[in-house]
Amino acid sequence: MANLTERAVGRSVARKDGIGKATGKAVYADDLVFPGMLHGRTIRSTIPRGRVRAIRRNFDPEGFTVVDFRDIPGKNVIALIDEDQPCLVEREVRHVAEPILLLAHADRERLLGADVALEYERDVPVLEPAASTVVFKQIHIEKGDVDANLASADVVIEGTYRTGAQEHVYIEPNGVVAVQEEGGLAVYGSIQCPFYVHKALVALLGDAVTHVRVVQTETGGGFGGKEEFPSVIAAHAALLALKSGRPVKIIYDRAEDMVATTKRHPSVVRHRTGVSRDGRIVTMDIDVLMDGGAYVTLSPVVLSRGAIHAAGPYRCDHTRIVGRVAMTNTPPNGAFRGFGAPQTQFAMEVHMDRVAEALGLDPVQLREINALRPGDTTATGQTLGSDCSALETLQRAVAKSGYAEKRARARDAQHGVGVSLFYHGSGFTGSGELRLASRAAIEVTERGVRVLTSSTEIGQGTRTMHAQIVADALGVPYESVEVAQPDTSRVPDSGPTVASRTCMVVGGILQRAATEMRRRIGDASPAEYFRAHGALRVEAEYEQPDWIRWDDETYRGDAYATFGWGCNVAEVELDPVTFEVRPVRLTAVVDVGKAIHPALAIGQIEGGSAQAVGYALLEHVVMRDGAMANGQLTNYVIPTTLDTPPIDVELVENPYPGGPFGAKGLGELPMDGPAPAIVNAIRSLGIDVREVPALPEVLLRDSLGRRGLHSARDRESITAAGR
Amino acid sequence: MRSAVSTLELRRPRSVREALTMLRDDGPLVPLAGATDLYVALNFGTLTGTRFIDLWPLEPLRRIEMHGEVLSLGALVTYTGLTRSRLVKQRLPMLVDAARLVGGIQIQNRGTIGGNIANGSPAGDTLPVFAAAEATVVARSASTERRIPFVDFYSGYRTSVLQPDELIVAVEVPAVSGQQWFRKVGTRAAQAISKVVIAAVRADSPRVALGSVGPVVVRARKAEQALATGQGIDAAVTALEAEIQPIDDVRSTAEYRRVVAGNLLRQFWMQTAE
Amino acid sequence: MQFTLNGRAVDVDAHPMRRLLDVLREDCALTGTKEGCGEGECGACTVLVDGQGVVSCLVPFAQVEGRDVRTIEGADAQALQRAFMDHVGAQCGICTPGMIMAAMSLGPDPTRRQMQEALAGNLCRCTGYEAIFRAISAAKRASRKTPLSVEVTT
Repeated sequence: MANLTERAVGRSVARKDGIGKATGKAVYADDLVFPGMLHGRTIRSTIPRGRVRAIRRNFDPEGFTVVDFRDIPGKNVIALIDEDQPCLVEREVRHVAEPILLLAHADRERLLGADVALEYERDVPVLEPAASTVVFKQIHIEKGDVDANLASADVVIEGTYRTGAQEHVYIEPNGVVAVQEEGGLAVYGSIQCPFYVHKALVALLGDAVTHVRVVQTETGGGFGGKEEFPSVIAAHAALLALKSGRPVKIIYDRAEDMVATTKRHPSVVRHRTGVSRDGRIVTMDIDVLMDGGAYVTLSPVVLSRGAIHAAGPYRCDHTRIVGRVAMTNTPPNGAFRGFGAPQTQFAMEVHMDRVAEALGLDPVQLREINALRPGDTTATGQTLGSDCSALETLQRAVAKSGYAEKRARARDAQHGVGVSLFYHGSGFTGSGELRLASRAAIEVTERGVRVLTSSTEIGQGTRTMHAQIVADALGVPYESVEVAQPDTSRVPDSGPTVASRTCMVVGGILQRAATEMRRRIGDASPAEYFRAHGALRVEAEYEQPDWIRWDDETYRGDAYATFGWGCNVAEVELDPVTFEVRPVRLTAVVDVGKAIHPALAIGQIEGGSAQAVGYALLEHVVMRDGAMANGQLTNYVIPTTLDTPPIDVELVENPYPGGPFGAKGLGELPMDGPAPAIVNAIRSLGIDVREVPALPEVLLRDSLGRRGLHSARDRESITAAGR
Repeated sequence: MRSAVSTLELRRPRSVREALTMLRDDGPLVPLAGATDLYVALNFGTLTGTRFIDLWPLEPLRRIEMHGEVLSLGALVTYTGLTRSRLVKQRLPMLVDAARLVGGIQIQNRGTIGGNIANGSPAGDTLPVFAAAEATVVARSASTERRIPFVDFYSGYRTSVLQPDELIVAVEVPAVSGQQWFRKVGTRAAQAISKVVIAAVRADSPRVALGSVGPVVVRARKAEQALATGQGIDAAVTALEAEIQPIDDVRSTAEYRRVVAGNLLRQFWMQTAE
Repeated sequence: MQFTLNGRAVDVDAHPMRRLLDVLREDCALTGTKEGCGEGECGACTVLVDGQGVVSCLVPFAQVEGRDVRTIEGADAQALQRAFMDHVGAQCGICTPGMIMAAMSLGPDPTRRQMQEALAGNLCRCTGYEAIFRAISAAKRASRKTPLSVEVTT
C-alpha cells in the first residue's frame, strides 16, 4: 500500500490551522499570560559607535530586575555563524539601538518610566559600506575567460544598480515569554527557527539551566525577520526570567521593532556585459557590494545566495561574479525573503533591459535568446536538467499578459510594460543541507499519525502541506494526520524554516519517514497499529541527492538541488503631474514543480509579489546618523489594498524528481521578479531609473531636464569595441 | 504604548456649557475628541500635557446645518459625517474629497474637523479646503463667542490664536462660487500623510491654498493674482514657487514638493477650464 | 464604567484614558483584537463601536461609555470567518480579526473597488489582498444562499 496516489496532494484541502485565526482564538506571543509575569524592556545605545563610559540608574529599584552582561552565565554572544555579536554590550558599542541593559517589572508604567542615563565616548561611525575596511565575507565565482571576451565583444554595456534596505513589517512585532520550569527554561515566542533560538540560549546560559525548551507560538508573519533575530529577544527574556525567578514577557512595539531589528541588506551591483550584435550574452563581469550592518549575523550566506543568482537565469560561458559584504555601524541586517537574490536579480534584470536598448532588441527577445535551457550550465558550472523552466515561464507570461500589444501601444499614454525573468535555488546552498542534517519524524496515535518537525507555520501553510505529503505518502486519510506544535523538547531539528526548503527538503524527509512507517506497520492503519502494538515513532534524516557536487572553496558545482523559475510582466501608469507610479497589473507565471496545495501556492506568489511591489515603489528606509529615522508605519509605508495591483498567477508544474511529488521551493521566488519588472515598465516610458525604491522623488530627479534614455549624467556609456 | 496613563486626568463634561466652564476654571485642559492624533502621541510617549477634557459625547457639536447661505459644520463632525452629508456634497464637495482621503474608514469614523484644525499640522488635509473656502472658525469660551477668519487662525507652526479657555465649536463656510478642486499627493494611494495637498476654486478671483509646503497652510495670493489678471499659468507657477517654503523630511524632498505644487496648479487650471 | 460588550451589559473598572485595545485584551481577556502598530495605521485592532469600525488603539476607554462594542469574539461573522480560512484569506492570521471586523461594513455584493476602499485601513503583509477579496466575495455569496427557513412570527 505504499503507493503515492495523490489524494490530498495537489488539492486545496481544508487547512490544519482550524478556524482560530479568523475567530481570534489563535494564540500569539502577546496573548500569553503567566501567573506572576513581569514585563521586560531593553535599554539601548543611542550612538552608532563608541564605548559606554557610565550607566546611571535614576529610578527607585523596588520591584525591578536589572540585568547587564555580568549576569550572563555562559558566553556573552548571540550564537549564529560567527560569535561576534554580544548579547549585551560590555563596553564597545557598534550600532544605534544596541542592547546594553535589561529591566523587568510587574508594572509596565514603572518599567517604562525608569530613567537610565548613558554616557559614552564617541567614535566616528562608518556608515558607507564602500568606505568600510571591515569585510565580513568575500566571494569570487569565475567561469571561462571574462577579460579576453570583454575585450573582443561587439558591444559592452555597463551599469550600476542600487537597492535600498527593506523592513519586514510582519504585522505582529517580535515577542517572546520566558518561563522557568523545573531547573530549566522554556521560551515561547514568535519564532521561525526554534532550534536556532535553542542553540543561542544553550551557549548563553551554560550550566545555569538543566535544559532549554523553545516553543513556537502562532506567528504573525516572519519573512526572514524572525529567522535569526528572535535569538536576541529570547536571550533577553531568558536572562530576566533567570534573575527574577518569574516569567518575563518582552513584546516590541512597532517603533522599537523597526529601528532595532534586522532589515534586508542594501546593495550596489555593477555590471559589465559583453554581447554580440545578434543578442547573445558573451561575457558578464559583475561586482556585488552589500551592507551587512554592525555584526556578521547571516551576511555571508546572504552574499552567497546573492552572488550565485547575480548572473540571472541566463547562459553565458564567461562569467565573473565578485561579491563582498561590509560592516557599517548600523543595526545588523539579516534574512529577508529572497536573501540576496532580489537584490542581485534586480540589477541583472534592469541591466538586461539596458542591454536590449543598446542593441535595439525587444527585452523579451533578448531574454529568449539567452535564457538557460536544459543542458546549459549556470555561473557556478551546474548543469541544468529538464526541471529548468526559464523559457517556458517567459513565453507563457508574455502570452498571458498580452505583453506584445501592450508594449506596442504609444508611450504617451503613460502606460508602461516591463518584464523580468528570474529563478531561485531551493534549499540551502551547496553543502548547507548536508551540514544541517535535518530530521523529521512521524508517530502513530489513536486517531492516526502525528507529524513532528521543527518547521514552523508562519502563514505559508507548513502544517497543511506537511500533513498532505504524509497522508499521501503513508496512504492514509488527510483528516487522520495531525501536526505537532514545534517544541524543541518534542520535535527533531528539521532545520530552519527558511530558504524555500520547508516543502522540498523537510517534506521530502517526511515522505521517506512515511514510506518507512508503512513498511513497518504493513497493511494496518496507524491507529490500528497503535491499539495493537502501542507507540511507534519513525524518524528520518536528510539525504543529499547523490549527484550533487559542490566546492565551498571555489564556489563551483551544484549550488542547489533544483531551482524554481518565474517570469513577471508588470504594467504601470505614470502620473506626469506627480511622478507617482500606479501598478495596474502584475502577471506571474511560476514553476513550482508541484503545487502541493494550489491555493497556498498561489497565496505565496500573490503575497510575495505584493511585498516586492512595496520594495519597488514605496518602501524607503531613511537612515540618519546610523539609525532608521522613519520607524513608524505612518512614515515607512507598505502597500495597502489601493496600492496593490491585481496579480494574475499561473502555476507551471515542471517537476523536480527529487522533491516530494515533484515539488520545488516556492516561498522566496515570488520576491525576485516584480521589482525589476516594475522598474523596466517605468523605463519603457523613458525614465532612466536604476534603483529601488523608485520613489516619485527619484523619478523626478531621473527625468528632470532631459528626454530619452541616455542622460548627461550617465557616465557609464555604451561602447562599441572594435571587432 | 509608551505613556503612563495612570498619571493622566480626563474631565468628562456632560454639556458644552460645562465643558467651557471647566476650561475656564479647571484649566489647562487639552480637548480630546476622536483622538486620532492625540492617541498616536500617547502611544509614542510624546504627549505634552497630562490633563484632558473629553468632547466626544457632546452631540450639539456634531450638527451640519445651514444658517442662511452659510454652511455650519460642528467641530465634532467626523470625516464620515462629511462624506455622508448631502449638504456638504452640494456646497463644499472639495471637503468631501479631502475627507475620503484622510485615512482608512476607521480613521474617517473618528477624526473630526475640529481636531484637524486644532492640531494645526502643516499636512492637515482639511486646512487648505477651509483656507480656499474662506471659512470662519467659531470659537467659544464661557463668556464669549468669536468668529475668526480662517486666514487669521494660525500664528505660526502648530500655533493658533485660540485661547486656552476656548473651544472650536464650529466652522462656518460661506457659499463658494466657482468650480472646486482638490488633490492630495500622499506617500501611497491610501492611508497616507500628504506630501503636497491643494484646494482651489476656479472663479474670476481664483483661490489656491496648499498644505505641506510650509509651516502653516498657504493661500498662494501671488499665484492667484497672476491667474486673476490673465498673466497665464506659467507666470502663476513661477509666482507659486516663490510663495511656498517646502522642506526635506522623512517623507519627501523640498524639490519634489516645489515641482509638484507647480504641476498641481497647472493641472487644476487645465482641468477646470471651461 | 458601563457599556455593552459583544451583546452583554458589562461594567469594567479601568482608567478612562486607557486605550480601548488594552481594556479589551487585558481587563476583558479578549485577546482576539491585535496590536500591530499603536498608530492607527495597520487596522489589526479594529473593533466596532455602535456598528462603526474604529481602531481601538486610538480610542480612550471613557468614550465607549454606554456604547455598543463588538470584537471578533462576538462578531456575527461566521460566513466571513469560514471563507477566510477556506479561501486562504488568512495566512499568518494576525491581520484577520481586524480585517473581518472592517469587512463587516461591506454590503451584500461588493465590487473590488468597494472592498479595496473598505479595507484601505487594514494592512496585510502575507496575502497581497487578492485572497481576501476572494474570501469576502465567497462569504457574501454564501450568505445569500442561506437555506430557506420558516420564520415564525408571533
